[in-house]
Amino acid sequence: MTTSPFFRQPNDMLPERAPPVAMSGIIGWLRANLFSGWLNTGLTLLALYALWLIIPGLLNWAFFDADFAGTDRFACTGTGACWAWFDQRIDQFLYGFYPDEQTWRVNLALFLILPALAPILFDKMPGAKQLRWFSLAFPFVATFLLIGGFGLEEVPTNKFGGFMLNVTVGLAGIVLSLPIGIVLALGRRSKMPIVRTLSVAFIEVFRGVPLITLLFVAAILLPIFLPSSFSLDLVVRVIVVVTAFASAYMAEVIRGGLQAIPRGQYEAAQALGLGYWRMMGLIILPQALKISIPGIVNTFIGLFKDTTLVIVIGLFDVLNIGRTMISNPDWLGLAVETQVFISLFFFVVCFSMSRYSVYLEQRLDTSKH
Amino acid sequence: MKSVKYFAAAIVAAATIGGASISHAATLDDVRAAGALKCGINTGLPGFAYTDDSGNWTGFDAAFCRAVAAAVFGDGNKVQFVNLTGANRFPALASGEIDLLSRNTTWTFSRDVDLAFTFVGVNYYDGQGFIGRKSLGVKSAKELDGASVCIQTGTTTELNLADFFRVNNIKFEPVPIETNEEARVAYLADRCDVYTTDASGLAATKTTFENADAHMVFPEIISKEPLGPLVRQGDDQWADVARWTLNVLINAEEYGVTQANVAEMAKGTNNPEINRMLGSEGSLGEMLGLQKDWAANVIKAVGNYGEIFDRFLGPNTALALDRGQNALYTKGGLLYAPPMR
Repeated sequence: MTTSPFFRQPNDMLPERAPPVAMSGIIGWLRANLFSGWLNTGLTLLALYALWLIIPGLLNWAFFDADFAGTDRFACTGTGACWAWFDQRIDQFLYGFYPDEQTWRVNLALFLILPALAPILFDKMPGAKQLRWFSLAFPFVATFLLIGGFGLEEVPTNKFGGFMLNVTVGLAGIVLSLPIGIVLALGRRSKMPIVRTLSVAFIEVFRGVPLITLLFVAAILLPIFLPSSFSLDLVVRVIVVVTAFASAYMAEVIRGGLQAIPRGQYEAAQALGLGYWRMMGLIILPQALKISIPGIVNTFIGLFKDTTLVIVIGLFDVLNIGRTMISNPDWLGLAVETQVFISLFFFVVCFSMSRYSVYLEQRLDTSKH
Repeated sequence: MKSVKYFAAAIVAAATIGGASISHAATLDDVRAAGALKCGINTGLPGFAYTDDSGNWTGFDAAFCRAVAAAVFGDGNKVQFVNLTGANRFPALASGEIDLLSRNTTWTFSRDVDLAFTFVGVNYYDGQGFIGRKSLGVKSAKELDGASVCIQTGTTTELNLADFFRVNNIKFEPVPIETNEEARVAYLADRCDVYTTDASGLAATKTTFENADAHMVFPEIISKEPLGPLVRQGDDQWADVARWTLNVLINAEEYGVTQANVAEMAKGTNNPEINRMLGSEGSLGEMLGLQKDWAANVIKAVGNYGEIFDRFLGPNTALALDRGQNALYTKGGLLYAPPMR
C-alpha cells in the first residue's frame, strides 16, 4: 500500500480573507485600546459613566439653560450661565481701558504679529528671508502703535488692560527672555570668573525670589528709592521684572541642553579651527536648543500664565478686569462665567504654543532621516 | 495676608524715613501743575469703586475723587484714578504716587498716627455683620454657639470675630476663605452656617442670592468701621481742601442744595450759610486757596452727599442699602459737618 504525499495545488490555495471583525476597523480599535482586558474595560466604563455625569450638566449650564441677552444680571432668569455681560464688556476684556476709537491700533499690532512671527516659526516659507527684517522691526512698530506719538494720539500705559496687557507683557517677556537666557547660560558655563559669577548671581537671585515679591518691588519700592523726577513707566517695570524672572529659568533650561552635548562635539569644532562664537553658533547651540525645546516652551507657557500675577500690583490684566466687572452691582456674582471665559482664552493660547513645539520637534528630529 | 500688611507697613516706614525727596508741602500746587488729581481707589468693590460698561470708574469712593477734582479745577473729570490693593494703598500715598486715598479705608489710631496720614473725615460708617439662613432658626448673632463661620483671613474682620465670640462666651468654628467671592460660593454651598464681613459687603452679596428671602442679616454690628478719605500728614492746606469738600457734600444735603438747584442757589438765597458756602457772600474759597465758586462746582459735578449715596448705594440701586448711621444728624444718623463760616 503506497501513500502519496499530499501536495496542495496552486489553484487549491485558499483566498485571502479579511481579518476578523473583532481585530480591525472601529471594533478592532475599540477592543485593542479600550476593552483589552477586565481592568481596562472597567476603567473605560467608569470613564464613560463620569463623562455621562458631567457633560450634560456642563452643556446645560453653558448653553441650553444659559442667558445670552440683556444689559445686566437681572436679565438672566435661567438656571444656567449668564453670558449677557459678553456684549457689554468684551471690549474691556480685550483692550482694558484703551480708548474706543483707538482700538484699531491694538488690532493692527496683533495682526502684524503674524508676518513678524511666521518667518521665524516656519523658515521654509517663501519670502521668509525678506520678512525677517520686518520681524526685527516689529517690537518697535508695535510699541509705536500701542503707545502712540509721532502723529498718533498718545495712550498712557495705565489705559492698557485686558488680554492686550497679558499678551503685551507675555510676548515682550518671551521675545526678550530667550536671548538673555542663552547669554546667561553661556555665561554660567564660561571659564571667565567675573562673567561666570555675575551670571550665577543673576540666575540665583531672580530664580530664588517669588515673582510676586519682584512685582511688589517694581511697583512699590522702586518709586520710593528712585528720585521722583526719574519715573519709569509701571508697565515697563513689570516687563523688565517678568523678563528677568523668565530669563533666569530659561538660562537653566538651556544650560541643561548645553550639558547634554558630548565633549566630542566641542573638540571636533575646535579641531576644525572654529573660535568660541562660531563653535557655539554653528555646532553647539543648534543642538542644545533643539534638545531644550520642551523646556523652553514650558517656560514660555509658564511665563504667559504668570502675567496674571500683575493683579497684585493693581494692573488690570484680564483677570482683574473680570474681577472689576463682578464688583459692578449690575454684574455682581458672575465669577464662574468670567473665570471660564478667561480660562478658555489662556488654554487656546498655551495649547497653540504646545502644538507648535511638537511640530518643531518633529521637523528638527534628525533620527528619522 | 498678614505678612503682606507688615510688609506694607515696613515700606511705608521706609518711605517716611527716606522721604526727603518727597515734598510734603503744597500738594495743591502739585495737583494744579499736573492738571489732574491722582486719586487712589479700590480695584473693585461693589457700590464703592467699579467700572461701568464703557470702562469709566464710578462708585461712592470714585465720586469723592471727582468732588475734590471739581473743588480744585471746577471740573469733576480731571481725575486720574489709580487702582490700589489693600497692600499697596499706603505706600502709594506715602510715596506721593497719589494725592488722595479714597479707598474704603477704616480710620484707626495706628493708621492716623503711626503711618503718618491725616484722615479728613468719615464718609461712610460701616460695621461688621453676619448673614445666615433663616432656616437656622437663629434671630441674633449671640445665639450662634457652635456655628461655623466663613471669614476672610488676614483682615480686621477675623480679629473682630474672635473678640465678639470671646466677649459673649460662645464658641465658633472658623472656615477661612481668601476672597469675598469665594466666601459667597462657600456659604451658598453650605460649607458654613453664617458668613461675616462688612455690612455693606453683606448687602451686596445678598443681592446675588437666587432666593434672597431665605437669608437674613443679623441685627448685631460687631465692630466700628468708619471709612474715610485720607491724605499725607504735613500738608494742612491740602488736608483742608479734602476735609471741606467732604463737609460741603454733607452741608449741601442739610441745606437742600442739590445738583439740580445749585446753579439757581449760587446766585444768592435768603440763607446766609448757603450763600457763604456757594460763594455769593464772603470769601471762603479764597481762604482755602481755591476759586470763589469751588463748592458750587463740587455739587454741580457730583451732587450732595445724599444724592451720591442714592446713586451708588441707596434703595434704588442693586445694593439697596439703608442710610442707617449714614443719615444726617437731623434724621437720626451720625453725619454732622461743621458750619461754613
